[in-house]
Formats: sequence, C-alpha cells, structure tokens
Amino acid sequence: MHELPITENILTIVLKHAAAGHVRQVVSITLDIGELSDLEDEWMQHYFDYLSKGTVAEGAKLKINRIPIALRCNGCGKTFEIEKSMIGKSTCPSCQATGDFSLVSGRQYHIKEMEAK
Amino acid sequence: MDEIKLIEIKESILTDNDIAAEQLRSRLKAEKTFVVNLMSSPGAGKTTLLLQTLAALKQTYKTGVIEADIDSMVDAEKIRAAGIESVQLRTGGFCHLDSNMVKQGLEALGSEGFDLVFIENVGNLVCPAEFDTGAITNVMILSVPEGDDKPLKYPLMFSTCDVLVINKTDMLSLSDFNMNTLYGHISRLNPNMNIFEVSAKTGDGVKQWADWLKQQVSDFLQ
Ligand SMILES: Nc1nc2c(ncn2[C@@H]2O[C@H](COP(=O)(O)OP(=O)(O)OP(=O)(O)O)[C@@H](O)[C@H]2O)c(=O)[nH]1
Ligand SMILES: [Mg+2]
Ligand SMILES: [Zn+2]
Repeated sequence: MHELPITENILTIVLKHAAAGHVRQVVSITLDIGELSDLEDEWMQHYFDYLSKGTVAEGAKLKINRIPIALRCNGCGKTFEIEKSMIGKSTCPSCQATGDFSLVSGRQYHIKEMEAK
Repeated sequence: MDEIKLIEIKESILTDNDIAAEQLRSRLKAEKTFVVNLMSSPGAGKTTLLLQTLAALKQTYKTGVIEADIDSMVDAEKIRAAGIESVQLRTGGFCHLDSNMVKQGLEALGSEGFDLVFIENVGNLVCPAEFDTGAITNVMILSVPEGDDKPLKYPLMFSTCDVLVINKTDMLSLSDFNMNTLYGHISRLNPNMNIFEVSAKTGDGVKQWADWLKQQVSDFLQ
C-alpha cells in the first residue's frame, strides 16, 4: 500500500550510488525484503518505472529476494523459520513451546546491490 | 557493449525515516513530551477511545492531539469540542504518517509546552507498521468485530506495537471472538505486549488503560 514512498527511497539511494560510481545505466537492482512486509512486487516495479523516467535508472529491473521469517524461542533458544501464515500459530520445533518467541528475521528492507553499465 | 558491473549498496530503504524518527525521539525525551502513536483499522475506535483517555488524563497533563484523517476535519473537530488542542495533518490519501509529518504536526501544535501528545494515525494495519513516527510508545487498537485472527493477517503491526487495546468488548457476546485464541497469537508474536480490554462506549476497562498510561508518562517526565 505504501509502495510509492518506498520506491522513491529506493530511487534516491540508487541514484546516489549511480552518481558516485559514474554509472550511465542501471540494469537491475536487488532488494532484500522480509516476508513480513506487504509490498507488492508488481506495484513497486510499476512505480519505479514511472519515477525513474529520464534518470540513469530508467528501465532498471527490480529483483526482489524475500527473506524468510524466523523466530527465536525464548524458552530454549532455538531459532526457526516459519511461513507467514503460521506466524501466530507456531510451535517451537525443539521444545514444543507455543509462546514467548522473538522475531529475529522477516522485517528486512534493504537494497543489496545493483547491476550497472 | 558496455560491461555490466555489480555495485554493492547494502543500505536500508527506510534509513532516512528511521534516522529522522530517532532524532525526533531524542528531542522529545529532552523536551519531555510523551508521544503516543495510535494505530488501528478504520473505525476500530481510535477517536472514541482518545476522547475517553483525554477525559481521564487532561487534568494531570497538558495534552494535545495530532490527527491524520485522510481528507476531513471530523476527528480534529471532535477533539477540539472536548476542549483539547489539536492539529489536523492533511495526509491527502497518504496511507501512513512518517516522522517528518509528525514533526510538522508537533511544530504546528507548539509541542514544547505539552507533556503528552497523541497521534491518531491513518486507519490501516499495514503501512503505519513500517514507518517509525518517532513516538515514545506505539499502541494499536483491535476491535472485537474485526475478529481474533487479525494477528495472523497483520503480524508486523502486532509485533511492532508496545500496547494492544482490545476495544468494543461490549460486543463480545454478539460475536465468535475468542479472547484465548487472540492471546495465544499474541504470546507467539509479541510476548511483552501490554494488553487492555476496554469498551470505549461503556467506559469499561478504560480506567486500567488510562492509569497505566498515566504511570508511563509520570515515569517519563521524571
Ligand atoms: N459498541 C461499541 N462501539 C464503539 C466502541 N468504540 C467506538 N465505537 C463506535 O465505533 C464507531 C467508530 O469509532 P471511531 O472512534 O470513530 O473509530 P476510529 O478508529 O477513530 O475511526 P476512523 O478515524 O474513521 O478510522 C463509532 O460509531 C463509535 O461510536 C465500543 O467500545 N463499543
Ligand atoms: Mg477517528
Ligand atoms: Zn523452544
């Protein structure tokens, strides 16, 4: 739902790195985004295409890696990955606890790298 | 053909907002203004609970409200009618508030003189969860008619908030909302969450929530 402001941030960061690296054309941008985010890949690409018109990033493809959600069981210390649909229903695979977990992964929002000419 | 090179970026997309939010929080701590960010789905009862909470706290603390209605003044006018200073941020269809908008709101209010400021965020459970507003505490309201399965659908919101207020408990007997099911989901997602069960309509449970908040503000102001 907030793909637009997020995409603006991505473009700003990419253009900063493009200028620093004397890039003439950005080919692709790789993002690491946690499974917990509700960003829609298609909308991000759509906004990116729109915002990047006339910049060196025009035409760049967004490659989105989804980073799995992982919880740590505060009872036994075990870290385990879960599906988003299981987030409020999970059981610790090690000690079978059904509560007291901390989120250790799934909220990432990173630009990893870009390919450029 | 030009050769394609790989450029490492390794930057957080939300950095700008996260940094601005941290700066705002430090400023609020220095100025001693406790800011509460209220989030919920549309109609869960943010304004109604706010009015009840203000009634319980306005004697003790100088309190203000920042409203983020999409395009109306309805909520800000209700707050003003209750004798509380409020400002309306025109979000113009924006789906969340970020820390810069909150900063503008605080400036419009003249935040320095305030002990306690509430933000009524835009009504939705997705976007506001991703944007740190710089608030001291984050509160979400879940109302009984929305169902006990909401933590499964909006896990980020439930995992980022410090407080959950379960509102419209007067409607429990009319629905299949199961408190135990909800608590089960929360204990997995956010075991340290403070939970209050209230009815902003009848006033049930509002005192416990308001007393808790009063204590937080009092600790903060010391
Ligand atoms: N039965 C019942 N109704 C409530 C309660 N709290 C609020 N309402 C009603 O729910 C409706 C929405 O309440 P608001 O306080 O306007 O909700 P809101 O979250 O501020 O709504 P938006 O700002 O539009 O997102 C109103 O008709 C309220 O009277 C409650 O505890 N019980
Ligand atoms: Mg409202
Ligand atoms: Zn365990």
